[in-house]
Amino acid sequence: MRRVRALAALAVGALFGFGLAIGGMLDPAVIRGFLDLAGAFDPRLGFVFAGALVISAAGYAFSRRMLRPALAETFAIPTKERIDAPLIAGASLFGLGWGMVGLCPGPAVAALALGLPPVVVFVACMLLGMAAHDFMRRRSVAEPLSA
Amino acid sequence: MDWSAWLQSFAGGALIGLAASLLLIMNGRVAGVSGIVGALLAPIRGRVDSVRFENAAFVLGLPAGVLAFFLVFGEWPEARIEASWPVLAIGGVLVGFGTRLGSGCTSGHGVCGLARFSRRSLAAVGTFFAVAVITVFVMEHIL
Repeated sequence: MRRVRALAALAVGALFGFGLAIGGMLDPAVIRGFLDLAGAFDPRLGFVFAGALVISAAGYAFSRRMLRPALAETFAIPTKERIDAPLIAGASLFGLGWGMVGLCPGPAVAALALGLPPVVVFVACMLLGMAAHDFMRRRSVAEPLSA
Repeated sequence: MDWSAWLQSFAGGALIGLAASLLLIMNGRVAGVSGIVGALLAPIRGRVDSVRFENAAFVLGLPAGVLAFFLVFGEWPEARIEASWPVLAIGGVLVGFGTRLGSGCTSGHGVCGLARFSRRSLAAVGTFFAVAVITVFVMEHIL
């Protein structure tokens, strides 16, 4: 079953990447065009979001009527409800980087297929940022709770 | 820009939504790219679990989908990157650090979180869109 799940994840990832490419989401100029409200506004990101949300909301509604996923024992869905400081601080830092470059994690990883050096540099630095955060969190969590 | 470009964008979004739905319905997982990539960076202790295989497969699938786009349409999708090298590097670190601290990005909070009406995701999406709009405004119209 784990092989089937991995194969399903591969196919779903490819569908995701294909959708990103069709929607023009690999192009930082399209993303920044949407964010540039005072400039030559490009509405495409809005249409991609609308299409994704309609289908995704239907998928989630459907999943709520399932006892368990088709290929796994349980659903692994975030349950946290509280809006806290890390959420807002993290979203702010992400928004800053996203606005600067016009790439977020999904399109950046998908765009590796294009073999462009700027994308490779961006993804390498993104992985560095992720690793730095996780390293700091592991240290701050491990020390007070280890006693 | 004509309506066919808008329709194409909507269709691309629908495929993304379909992918997110299928990952949930089949594997029971949320299609959040920063969470999935971040989980792959965690050190391996003992034997590699099946979730890591799934994560790696999903991440490999993303560029594979772009390759599929090339095979279907005979051309690569456009990617016009204007950012200078220092901006690319700093932006990359901010996106990586920020999405891990904020527990998600455009896919996890944006597509999946909003689709299940999560308050946390709504707050995150409002925040990163607002900051990104201000960032682009400052870079394009003030600096």
